[in-house]
Amino acid sequence: MERKIYLDNASTTYVSQEVLNEMLPCFNVLYGNAGSVHSFGRTAMSIVDKARDRIREGINAQKSSEIYFTSGGTEADNLAILGVAHAYAEKGKHIITSQIEHHAVLNACKELEKEGYEVTYLPVDKSGLVSLPDLLHSIRKDTILISIMSVNNEVGTIQNIKSIAKIAHDYGILFHTDAVQAIGQVKIDVQDMEIDLLSMSAHKIHGPKGVGALYVKSGVKFNSLTYGGSQERGKRSGTENVPGIAGLGKAVELATKNYMITNRKLKIIRDYFLDKLAEKVEFYQINGHLQQKSNAIVNISFYGIEGEALLMLLDLAGICVSTGSACMSKSLLPSHVLEAMHVPSDIAQGSIRFSFGTNISKADVDYVVEELAKAVAKLRAISPIQAGRI
Amino acid sequence: MYYNRFIMERFQYPANAGGMHGANAIGEVVKENCHDLTRLYLKIDDKSVIENAKFKTFGCCASIVSADVTCDLVKGKTIEEALQITNQDVLKIMGELPEGKERCSIMAEETIQSAIDDYYKKKEKEAKKALKEANDVE
Repeated sequence: MERKIYLDNASTTYVSQEVLNEMLPCFNVLYGNAGSVHSFGRTAMSIVDKARDRIREGINAQKSSEIYFTSGGTEADNLAILGVAHAYAEKGKHIITSQIEHHAVLNACKELEKEGYEVTYLPVDKSGLVSLPDLLHSIRKDTILISIMSVNNEVGTIQNIKSIAKIAHDYGILFHTDAVQAIGQVKIDVQDMEIDLLSMSAHKIHGPKGVGALYVKSGVKFNSLTYGGSQERGKRSGTENVPGIAGLGKAVELATKNYMITNRKLKIIRDYFLDKLAEKVEFYQINGHLQQKSNAIVNISFYGIEGEALLMLLDLAGICVSTGSACMSKSLLPSHVLEAMHVPSDIAQGSIRFSFGTNISKADVDYVVEELAKAVAKLRAISPIQAGRI
Repeated sequence: MYYNRFIMERFQYPANAGGMHGANAIGEVVKENCHDLTRLYLKIDDKSVIENAKFKTFGCCASIVSADVTCDLVKGKTIEEALQITNQDVLKIMGELPEGKERCSIMAEETIQSAIDDYYKKKEKEAKKALKEANDVE
């Protein structure tokens, strides 16, 4: 059988057996509408409540009612940004975010700009970190929200969330974080970290696609984006996706409970990969922070090579990765994250993201590095750019 | 598959990849937005016929294959004929491309033009040099 090695876990993950077991009965046995008052409905609601409790525990929220289920990370981000902006419009119309956020945050901010809001997109340094002095300088009297992601999805850099949240609160500003890549990678404690709003998604942590949640600290106002049957305490209308919610609850429970073990395993895999790579391949750079980063994500630019071509050669060898190359993006623009980190565009073009799962063995890594070395050599042989001269 | 079979085949086994010793026309084109870079090497004989063509590309599969196909197309043609080759001719051979790829990866016209400009520049230089030498002798 053809060998397949999946190194694109930051894109999505497989649904774990435990999560699947939690979900399956919700499709054809416990299929009630959580809004119904009869026994089927009450059972469905109890499943939703259980998931809410699990998430509360996983992120150490004070109350389960602070969790709102959504259709995924994007909707959670949209709801946080647009919802808070609209609810606090009278207080001010200025929002601070960073240049390396996910498009779910960036494009929500772009929408607000059309509505007359002002948005500051904070730059980052070469390692992808938002500078706290920059943040302090950008705060204005009319700033209502600061939104900074916990872990960057392309390079894995971990932001100083606790400090940023502290600064926000010193100035009476709300703080939102997109933690889609952070759950299961770093310890999240919304009370200790003083987070007001936090977005999460199930499919990045071995849960199903199409479901996520937004944590909103009680007392924080936000407007709804959906109009309908007033589910989720009027904040997110639409019949509850009971199987998805059950899956999300279990996935968050497992990811937060096991994050130490997961991280240790991932670190071993990542370090082994980087050691092997250093042995077999020349002329590359690692993008992102060297220490303050997720163990699951390694972003590497191979000099003199374009990422899409490299991705295709790896795919032919059964290895699945992703790239920040413009040639692969629908916009035909290179990665906005690498651009913000001042990675020159020809180097950003050669970037490949390897995102590991704990199911990768050393033998898998050996195979990947071997194929990678072959592919890099092949493409360099036909490249007009000499890698050694960059 | 993202790319069609022809493109994947040629991407893995390009027929004309690599540099060329003795090339007398070298063209180079960089695509602005994606920084794809293709260098075309031509060997043009005394009768203005393109004897051989090779390429080097920093770019995606489509860029690599389009450069390879461009080499196929120019080989055996006169300069005049080569200048008639269009991006459409290359696309016809490559077949369907993923959405948005056509405008980003097909640089046949520009690279041929660039190589032939280089050829004439070199010719002009040679002619001037010959003239100067002739004048010096006088």
